[in-house]
Parts: sequence; C-alpha cells; structure tokens
Amino acid sequence: MRSSFKFLLLLLFLGISQKSHSQEKALAPENDLCLRCHTHQTFTFHNTLTKKEDKRMMNPLYILDKDHFATGVHAKFKCTDCHSADYSTYPHNAELKLEPLSTCLDCHGGDAKYAKYQFEKIDEEFQKSVHFQKSGESFTCSKCHNQHYYQAKSRTSSVVGDIVSFSNDMCMSCHSNNTKFQLISDTLKPALAQIHEWLPNQALHFKNVRCIECHTQVVDSLSVSHNILPKEKALKNCVECHSKNSMLEASLYKYKNIQTRSQVGKLNSIISNKSYVIGAYQNTWLNNISILIFLMALAGVCIHIIVRIIKK
Amino acid sequence: MTSENKIYFYPIWLRIWHGINALGILILIFTGINMQYSSPKFELMNFELAVNLHNISGILITINYLLFFFGNLLTSNHKFYRLRLKGLIKRLNLQIGYYTSGLFKNEQPPFPLSEKRKFNPMQKVSYLIVMYFFVPGLIITGLALLFPETIIEKVYSVSGIFLTAIFHASLGFLVSIFLIVHLYVASIGKHPLNNFKSILNGYHDLSGH
Repeated sequence: MRSSFKFLLLLLFLGISQKSHSQEKALAPENDLCLRCHTHQTFTFHNTLTKKEDKRMMNPLYILDKDHFATGVHAKFKCTDCHSADYSTYPHNAELKLEPLSTCLDCHGGDAKYAKYQFEKIDEEFQKSVHFQKSGESFTCSKCHNQHYYQAKSRTSSVVGDIVSFSNDMCMSCHSNNTKFQLISDTLKPALAQIHEWLPNQALHFKNVRCIECHTQVVDSLSVSHNILPKEKALKNCVECHSKNSMLEASLYKYKNIQTRSQVGKLNSIISNKSYVIGAYQNTWLNNISILIFLMALAGVCIHIIVRIIKK
Repeated sequence: MTSENKIYFYPIWLRIWHGINALGILILIFTGINMQYSSPKFELMNFELAVNLHNISGILITINYLLFFFGNLLTSNHKFYRLRLKGLIKRLNLQIGYYTSGLFKNEQPPFPLSEKRKFNPMQKVSYLIVMYFFVPGLIITGLALLFPETIIEKVYSVSGIFLTAIFHASLGFLVSIFLIVHLYVASIGKHPLNNFKSILNGYHDLSGH
C-alpha cells in the first residue's frame, strides 16, 4: 500500500516536471554568457583600469526575463541570430550600437516557410495604421510583438480568455504605461477608462473583447488585422457584435431596456421600449410554417365562401 | 330579456370588453407584423411608432383581460364556457359536419343557440384555448419582454429572451389565424352581418343563427 502510494507520488512528480518542461523550451547554450549579465539588475566585470572587480547597474531596458523568454516563439534562438556577433566580447564595442538591428521582415519576409502568415500584407496594412502614420519607421513590430517574449497565442491557444488578455496586454503595455508610451509619443497616455465611458459594462468588455475588434479595419485575408484605426474611426456600433448571436443580442436588449427605464419616467420607458432589434427574432423555419398555415386558413375560408355562394 | 325571437346574449360589460379587445388585437397584429418582418424593403409604418403602439395596445389588452376574467368569474357568463369532456369528440364532429356539409344543404344546426347555449362545441373549445391559453401566454411573454431582467438568462445555449420572443410571436400568429376564422364564421348566419350586429347591440336573432 505504502509503496504504491510512493509510486503514485513519483508519477505525479514526473507528470508535473514533464508539464513544466513542455511549456518552457531549453534556451540555446550559447546564450549563457549573455544571460549571465542580461537577466540581472547588476553585473560585475573586471575593471582593467582599477584592476578590481566592479559592480554596475544594468539598464532596465536591457534586462531579460529568462523564464518568460523560454516561453516565447524565439526561445531557441541564439542572441547573435538577431544581435551582432561582435556582442560576444565584453566590454561591448560602443560602435555596435550604430549598427541597425535585424528587423522581423529580414527573416519573416519573402520566406516560403512563413508565406501563409502574409507578413508582407501585414506590413502593408500596418503602414496604413495610426501607429505608422503618427510615428513612422520608429514604430517597429516589436513595439507590440515583443520579440523576446512573443507567443502565437491566437493560433495556439483554444482558451478565448487567454487570447483576449494576451492581445489586449500588447495594447496595454503602452496605452496604460506612461514610461513605454513616451518611448513613442511626446504626450501622456490617453485616459482609457474616460474615453470608453460611453461603453456599457466597460470592465466586462475590456476583459472579454479584444481592443482590435473595434479598433481595426478588418481585412478578410488576414487572421489579425494590423490597420489600427485612429480613435475617431473606431467602431462604436453595439449592434455590430450584438446581433451576431442570440446571447449577445439578448444582453443588449436587456441592457438597453433597463437603461431607458432608469433614464426616463418608468411608464414612459416601458411604452417606448427601443430595445427591439429590427428583424432580429426571425426564424426562417417558423416563418415558412406560418406563411403556409396562413395561406391554408385563407384557402379554407375562400373555398367555404365559394361553396356557400354556389349552394345558396 | 327576450323579445319574440331575440335573446339578450351579450351584456354591456362583455360588449365593452369585446370591443376593446377587437380593436387592441387588430392593432397588435398589424404592428406585430410590422415589427417581426420589418426591413428596409418592408415597412408598413414607422418602426418606432409600431413599437410604441404595440406596447400601449399590449398593456391595454392586459388590463382588459382582467375585465374578461373577473366578468366571467363574477357573473353567470362563465357557464357558457363550461366544457363536458364526455362525448366532446362526437359533438365536435357533428359541428364540423354541419360547417362542411349540413350548412350547404340547409340543414338545421346540430347545436342551436338558446338562452342556455351561447356557443356551439367548436366555439367553446376554440374560445377556451384562445382566452385561457393563447392570450394569457401572450400577456406573460409580452410583459416579460417589457421587463427582460425577469427572463432566465439561458436555456442550454440559447438566450431566454430569444425563446420568449419566438414564443410570443408564435402565439400572436396563432391568435391572428383564430381571428380570420372567427370573423369568417361570424358571417355564417341568415345574413352575413347578423352576428356582427349582435355583438354591437347585444341581441341575438334566433331566426338567423
């Protein structure tokens, strides 16, 4: 009995370790040297001038979260796949900073392997977006899709909530964070809650609906549209989503009904119930049946009238 | 209250109820069709106006139903609705036989109307179904749609509001079919307008059933 319990524990342990292993990919061993410094707040080096070991603070923007990196799509990459190979010596050559970084399209563009994701089309759409219009080339892919941590959540996850929060976190990483927002813009981040004040059940919408549902121009051929619209052009039409299925429709009906009742006088609002969505409650099958019954009733009456006249 | 061959069939409260009900139901059907099938290609009247009229008439019919309900409860009128189940099928068949054949041969109706019998078996059954099932069903679902927070969220994966609306429209449709038949059957008599006069002045002419 005892031994079987231990065996069970062992299985459980193996199961857990297997699970965590599958979520995090092993990082390339070549990265160990870089990550020794670039995963810590401080780094130590041998100061050739003072002949002493020196401890300095790391620029927070250059600190990488190793575990997070291991969950990303580029986890298996070597640092030098994108960064210059010359970074492998320390102190890093100051001129290396002048070298342009590899861009996403350097690998993803014009490659048959990635053709189905249509990166060129995405780039084309992105260039129409408010992000590109306002910030130009300095608004790189990585501003939203952090190259170190990015996951293809909308393709790999089947949990809608995860997809929504992952997608919205991309927007929020700047739009609710002044430090990051000001890397691009000279202004303060917009007051999102205030701007979306018109939106009923704001928190619920923010949690369950992707920002891009209303803030992009949908292109059929792309799974995710990259033409982020300026706020004036964002969708502000409840019926657009709320007529797509009966549950969404019903929630809008209920909301509008209760809302009007709280705004105008009770009796008045009951009478002028504006929550009906035109043609919403039609069912083709029932419609056809009803037309058939209606015609049969009319035919019955007509036949009866004719016979009555003949037999008079 | 009888004259030579006339019976005072419809007391004043019943005629008032029937008049309001007739008017209300006609408006409800007209506006209901407009709401149900409204599209840019099909609009009998302004959609908002249809909604308002539908709601007002619905509330009016609901209050009016109370008049019908308590009127029957408190007066002797309820006895005309009493249904004996024994032999009902046979009686219904007799009546159907009369409407589909006997009537054309100038036969006497199997259930001639008298002070004791205001409705023939077919009338009785259809009035009972309409007034005690369809109309209350419409009132309940109609009120529920005016107060959607009272409707259960979900029935399996379908919204409760959607089902209530479908049920409401279906019952409304059945009532409109009843209305067509009701109006037509009322024209069966010595003179097609006899029965319509009766429901206005209260007197039923026995010579023209």
